[in-house]
Amino acid sequence: MAFTALYANKLRSLLTMLGIIIGVGAVIAMVSVGMGVRSNVQESIASLGSNMLIVSPGSSNRGGPRGAAGSMQTLKYEDARAIQSKIRNIDFVSPSVSGSYQIVNGNQNWNSSVQGVTPEYMDIKSLVVESGSFISTDNMNKRDRVAVIGTTVAENLFGSENPVGRNIRVNNQPFRVIGLLESKGQSSMGQDQDDVVIIPLTTAQERMLGITYVQSISVQVKDALYMDQVQEDIEVLLRQRHRIVGDKEDDFHVRNLTSLMETMTQTTTMITLLLGSVAGISLIVGGIGIMNIMMVSVTERTREIGIRKALGATFGNIMMQFLIESVVIGVIGGIIGIFIGCCLSYAIAGLGGFSTVITLAPIVVSFSFSVGIGLLFGILPARKAAKLDPIEALRYE
Amino acid sequence: MSSNKAGKVQDNVADRAARHVIRLRGIRKLYQMGQQQVAALDGIDLDIDKGEFAALMGPSGSGKSTLMNILGCLDRPTFGSYELEGREVAHLSDDELAVMRNRHIGFVFQNFNLLSRISSVDNVALPLIYAGVGARERRERAMHFLEAVGLADRAEHMPNELSGGQRQRVAIARALVNEPEIIMADEPTGNLDTKSTKEIMEIFQKMHGKGRTIILVTHEPEIAVCANRQLLVRDGVITRDEGRGVVLDVV
Repeated sequence: MAFTALYANKLRSLLTMLGIIIGVGAVIAMVSVGMGVRSNVQESIASLGSNMLIVSPGSSNRGGPRGAAGSMQTLKYEDARAIQSKIRNIDFVSPSVSGSYQIVNGNQNWNSSVQGVTPEYMDIKSLVVESGSFISTDNMNKRDRVAVIGTTVAENLFGSENPVGRNIRVNNQPFRVIGLLESKGQSSMGQDQDDVVIIPLTTAQERMLGITYVQSISVQVKDALYMDQVQEDIEVLLRQRHRIVGDKEDDFHVRNLTSLMETMTQTTTMITLLLGSVAGISLIVGGIGIMNIMMVSVTERTREIGIRKALGATFGNIMMQFLIESVVIGVIGGIIGIFIGCCLSYAIAGLGGFSTVITLAPIVVSFSFSVGIGLLFGILPARKAAKLDPIEALRYE
Repeated sequence: MSSNKAGKVQDNVADRAARHVIRLRGIRKLYQMGQQQVAALDGIDLDIDKGEFAALMGPSGSGKSTLMNILGCLDRPTFGSYELEGREVAHLSDDELAVMRNRHIGFVFQNFNLLSRISSVDNVALPLIYAGVGARERRERAMHFLEAVGLADRAEHMPNELSGGQRQRVAIARALVNEPEIIMADEPTGNLDTKSTKEIMEIFQKMHGKGRTIILVTHEPEIAVCANRQLLVRDGVITRDEGRGVVLDVV
């Protein structure tokens, strides 16, 4: 019955649905764009190290002038191994040491920062090897003299040639270049992230620096949620390992990049909220459209209502008839809206060249919202129809 | 003894209901017109027996439409008692009146009042929807009554594909479909040519022959003479109540 009535007024029904279609479509498309932007922003901020905890040695304080932060030699490679194996909810642990050395290739030379790292360093810093390979566990174990170099170093030493497989001298020791990193550009601090030479941690410790400690341990936490818990766990673990009891000061620091994290959550929440509210408003406008048209429909069909009432339709019968009609508008409009919204989001992804994320939540929410709107905004017109006096309604021309 | 007496009283009520389908006592309908109260109906007493074919006549403004609305359970009297099938209906709620209309009264209107968007058979079946009859049975019963008015071959036609006479026959089939005791016809031939008028009146005669109670509202004396009882309403009261054959001059 509802379908007959809607079908009889195809154009009007379609125009009414259009409000809902646009509303639902907009919700889905916009939220999916929002989610896409969010995951993009999240990814790029994460690559800056939002989920990162950095463990560094404390300053020496055994009387007299205190040393600089990191001047203690208590943080060991074994501490990193212990963190890796004993603490939950972490992805990677990467201990590192660094120094600054003169790098030489033939008659070219360049001064650069040399990082001694483990294989996990690649994942933790989101590094990509352009050609060749990264430091392997095997390199670590054998204290191999191998290096992975950044593009700035490669340019200065090799020009446009491929450096992979070539030999360089670092602090007068021969190293074989096994990989070239993809360019990362400047960091937010204005540091050139491509001006780097990466060698195995063990090689750096024993062959270059002659030390047994590490200068920092980077820990990547699985999810921002676990940051506080992991930080606490690491502190407890390291105090145990370093036998620090009671009120004694830690000989290490665990730092996080809280401000970065907060910026991220704030930004993405705002984006989603903004898009959602714009879309929500269009849904409500669509609902008012339904009410408007249903009101017109009631007036137009006064006579029909009169006839139905004369033939025995009760208040409830008429109410139900009009409510079903407006809910059907909501349902059909919602379904078409979901379809269009999904298409739109794919189109945006295709044309705009960035990923959109379609999740179930906005689909379910906007669909139930559109049905609810059909119901809610149908009540007033349906009541109006159901309360019509049959005598008046029959007389209506 | 007492139970015997109670039985007798019940018999009486049943008897009266069997004889009088409609029993009006002191029906008054008042309208507020500004400061003044106007009585559209000013004390109507009327009994209509089962199987009667009554014509309700009167000039416009006489209150005959108001009386018709009250008889048809579309409206309530301000004062008075209306017993339909032995049940007091004067003070029922809107929804209760709707149920009474659905069960006991079939309407035939001057302008047919068919729903233009649905087919003849669906139009006929409409009262059955509100009576809660299942789809298959609705269709069967609607087809049966369409056949009875000779329109079985027009079942799937839309009302606007039918002639005036055919439309009114569909409307009559609709009035009959829920087997009501009373058929209310409000100027059923007012919009028809003489040939169709004759057809429609023949159908009413046939229905009367089958023992249905018919109340026909008209202002045409030629139509009213078909009825076996003619009632003249004037200024809110029934002024004449005649049998068959008398030609009442409305004006």
